[in-house]
Amino acid sequence: MSWPRRSSSEPLWKEEFSVRTADERYVTRRQLTKFLVLTSFGMFVGNLWILFRSLFYKPPTYPQQTVARLGELPVGGVKLFTYPTKDDLCILVRTAGNEHVSYSQKCTHLSCAVYYSQESNRLECPCHKGFFSIADGSVLQGPPSRPLPRIILEKRGNEVVAVDIKVS
Amino acid sequence: MSGDPELPPKTRGLTAIAGAMSLIAVLLIVQIWLLSAALESFLAGKRSSALPAAIFSGLMFLICFGLYLFVDRVDSDVRGSAGER
Repeated sequence: MSWPRRSSSEPLWKEEFSVRTADERYVTRRQLTKFLVLTSFGMFVGNLWILFRSLFYKPPTYPQQTVARLGELPVGGVKLFTYPTKDDLCILVRTAGNEHVSYSQKCTHLSCAVYYSQESNRLECPCHKGFFSIADGSVLQGPPSRPLPRIILEKRGNEVVAVDIKVS
Repeated sequence: MSGDPELPPKTRGLTAIAGAMSLIAVLLIVQIWLLSAALESFLAGKRSSALPAAIFSGLMFLICFGLYLFVDRVDSDVRGSAGER
């Protein structure tokens, strides 16, 4: 058995891998451009999804749930409860007299649990030092950009009842 | 394709492609920011920003797609003028 003679004077590896460096660079750039444009399309689809969700948004209805009794907590006292589902932790704070405020306990930054600091009278996230106002849940400091969702409370007789959630 | 006639077509083509890619990258960064801002607004209950965000994102995608076509054409032209294809 005899091997056919090669007509070219090029080394064998150059014949078998006949891709020039410049060509390879062109192809890589074109592929990268295609990838970037596809990513851009993905961003557009994401925005369309948000638009779709916004257009067809139906405000949810929340159940009514007794979360505490009047006088159950001392002034500055805190109670944790879940509302509206068992997975949604909330924090109830008695601020003064019979005044109570309640917020979702999930930090709007990365969902760490916020706690009430009585010394500074604010809600604090220990993960990244995000601070929220106890008055309205607005951001006082730190990386969170959105206020805490507020649980709307009503006093009914001797009970504090959660009736709604306000996301502002 | 306009450019410095002193430069070989391949170099000019590479410069044009690099410029277009840079522009696409900048637009992509703006789109990423726009998506995160729109998502933040949506989660904060402000839904009025979703429509303008989607329109601008779509415009930027169209520009990116146009630049991709430009890159593709320039690449083909350069290859053609260099006699490689």
